Amino acid sequence: MSRYTLSNLDMLETEAIHVMREVAAEFERPALLFSGGKDSICLLRLAEKAFRPATIPFPLLNIDTGHNFPELIEFRDRRAGELGAKLIVRTVDDAIEKGLAVPTPGEPSRNRLQIPTLLAGIEEFQFDACIGGARRDEEKARAKERFFSHRDDFGQWDPKNQRPELWNLYNARVQPGENMRIFPLSNWTETDVWEYIGREGVEIPRIYYSHRREVVRRNGQWLPACDLLPLKDGEETKALDVRVRTIGDISCTGCIESTASTIEEIITEISAARVTERGGRADDKVSEAAMEDRKKEGYF
Amino acid sequence: MQNETEILRFTTAGSVDDGKSTLIGRLLHDSKSIFEDQWEEMERSADLAGGTEVNLANLTDGLRAEREQGITIDVAYRYFATPRRKFIIADTPGHVQYTRNMVTGASTANLALILIDARNGVVEQTRRHAYLSALLGIPHLVVCINKMDLVDFSEARYKEIHDQFMAVAPRLDVKDITFIPISALQGDNVVDASGNTPWYHGPTLLGHLEEVYIASDRSMKEFRFPVQWVIRPLTDEHHDYRGYAGQVAGGIVKPGDKIIVLPSGMRTTVQSINTLAGDLDEAFCPQSVSILLADDVDISRGDLICDIDNLPHIAKDHEANICWMHQSPMQLGRKYLIKQASNTSQMMVKQVIHHVNIDDLAFDTEVTGLKLNDVGRIAFKTSTPLAYDEYRKNRQTGGFIIIDPATNATVAAGMMRPPPRELPVPDFVDYAI
Repeated sequence: MSRYTLSNLDMLETEAIHVMREVAAEFERPALLFSGGKDSICLLRLAEKAFRPATIPFPLLNIDTGHNFPELIEFRDRRAGELGAKLIVRTVDDAIEKGLAVPTPGEPSRNRLQIPTLLAGIEEFQFDACIGGARRDEEKARAKERFFSHRDDFGQWDPKNQRPELWNLYNARVQPGENMRIFPLSNWTETDVWEYIGREGVEIPRIYYSHRREVVRRNGQWLPACDLLPLKDGEETKALDVRVRTIGDISCTGCIESTASTIEEIITEISAARVTERGGRADDKVSEAAMEDRKKEGYF
Repeated sequence: MQNETEILRFTTAGSVDDGKSTLIGRLLHDSKSIFEDQWEEMERSADLAGGTEVNLANLTDGLRAEREQGITIDVAYRYFATPRRKFIIADTPGHVQYTRNMVTGASTANLALILIDARNGVVEQTRRHAYLSALLGIPHLVVCINKMDLVDFSEARYKEIHDQFMAVAPRLDVKDITFIPISALQGDNVVDASGNTPWYHGPTLLGHLEEVYIASDRSMKEFRFPVQWVIRPLTDEHHDYRGYAGQVAGGIVKPGDKIIVLPSGMRTTVQSINTLAGDLDEAFCPQSVSILLADDVDISRGDLICDIDNLPHIAKDHEANICWMHQSPMQLGRKYLIKQASNTSQMMVKQVIHHVNIDDLAFDTEVTGLKLNDVGRIAFKTSTPLAYDEYRKNRQTGGFIIIDPATNATVAAGMMRPPPRELPVPDFVDYAI
């Protein structure tokens, strides 16, 4: 490559840093959605690169389902502390108690309940922009997502009426009560995320690496055995060497059998993988347009 | 070594039956970028629809309405990689009512892939795609003459279409045009060289996408740096730190370089170029960095830091080619907002110079307005002086969007031309005094 050529990762990085700085400059009250998952770990790293040596000019917001891998919560709190960032946590449990979120009987996942919880959090702090780690390669409704994705005052996404997005010029204007979701990792693939984490040497929660865990086979997936998932007749748990490829609500995050214990081994493993990362998420299996429907309601 | 791969962004445009989805499907499939669960899902929806064939368009047509109507409405972004390069496809619909989507997809592309059905030759849609690609300054065109299997892989037919296209080409101002005879359905010359075209000695499509030289696509001559944000830590450790944060939009900068800040005209010197990883010896387009200057001058978001010997245009009266992108038509004399580089100003359209019929490239000068999907040239003025380059020279500083302040909608995209009247470069202001 020529001396003045950027590699794939450098190109993705500069694009994302540019987006971060646009957000800081154009919005009054932005927040960064930080779950402790691998994509939001990249977001935090990019925010550091965009604003150091000053502090990151927005708080971190986490919508906590209460159905968590404990390792993730420990990591989330520690990482925010290390960066000196302000971390705001709003919980689905609290939203249920206040009547903002209503669980559907028989639906173990609290994924959908994150929507009203997030919208209430946005309302409470008057956030006009939320930076999220969604990527276009994750799911085909996301393939049409903008970097700056406009949501009306009900938090809804209107896929047929999106603002055109040209060059690196982002229209950041919102009316009071409206909100913009910002996706700096739009052009990243799963492989890019892992290569970036590897290159930057940033820490990730242990559950992304191979570990021994009690799991139960259900709907073709290995789900983590936990109190939230009572065993059905005929089911039994099994101890396997597994890791998670994507982290959601613990009750719907499928584990994959894996011995990958380094970033390099993870990259090798996903390069050979024959299913997409969200193939392990029960919440996307409801219907072909499951993601589009959730996004229209206000999902990230 | 994966970390050394480059990104190539390319755009495609096309309608349902010209084989575009089949071609993308084949590129994704043959580069092993389609996963089993995506394949299963496509098989499942084929069953539900009563069809027997897996429809590759379902890979890209992600919205419910698109699948129901069997059309691509929006720009869909797709990703695949080979050991040489990572590819970002901006896949857009090809009909005239989706001109704005084609323009959007083309804005960031290095290369445009234009598909011609070998049976039909160059048609209106071919000219439209080629013209929009050229208008948006895409440096490389690849013309794939598809469905060669249906014309018996005829070299004569290939040459005939080649000549038809080259008859249009002089009006396009594109330097690099490559022709490839393919059959997307059967795979000829897509990934593997075809035995059916012994008369063709050029690269396969994927081979060309991997090899085409893109390092010189960006403007490396004149240094341009739109200031996005000022980093001021105000801590004891970094008490006097004042970093101008942005993405280099053209050229190269080194510590010690003399620069001018526009539109104010202040001159000073680059002291250092800072990143999280430490100071750099130089920064180049399109790196994101923070620049520290020798003098404590007044600079804020929207200013353009430039090479002192290669100035951009500075003007309040402008001319540009634009594509109107909104249902409500353009209104002369009304105030809109223009966002160009990191600057947002008020603007007002004074005149429509011409409207382009993008199917035959004829100019109509007898027009007074532009409406959704129209392409034309306008004269306009801005409330403050803008610093910019001609779009043909620099896509980053010469491109802009127009925003309707009443609805906040992005209503148009524009490409700057040289201004009818330049403003004088502002006088030297010595801040040391």
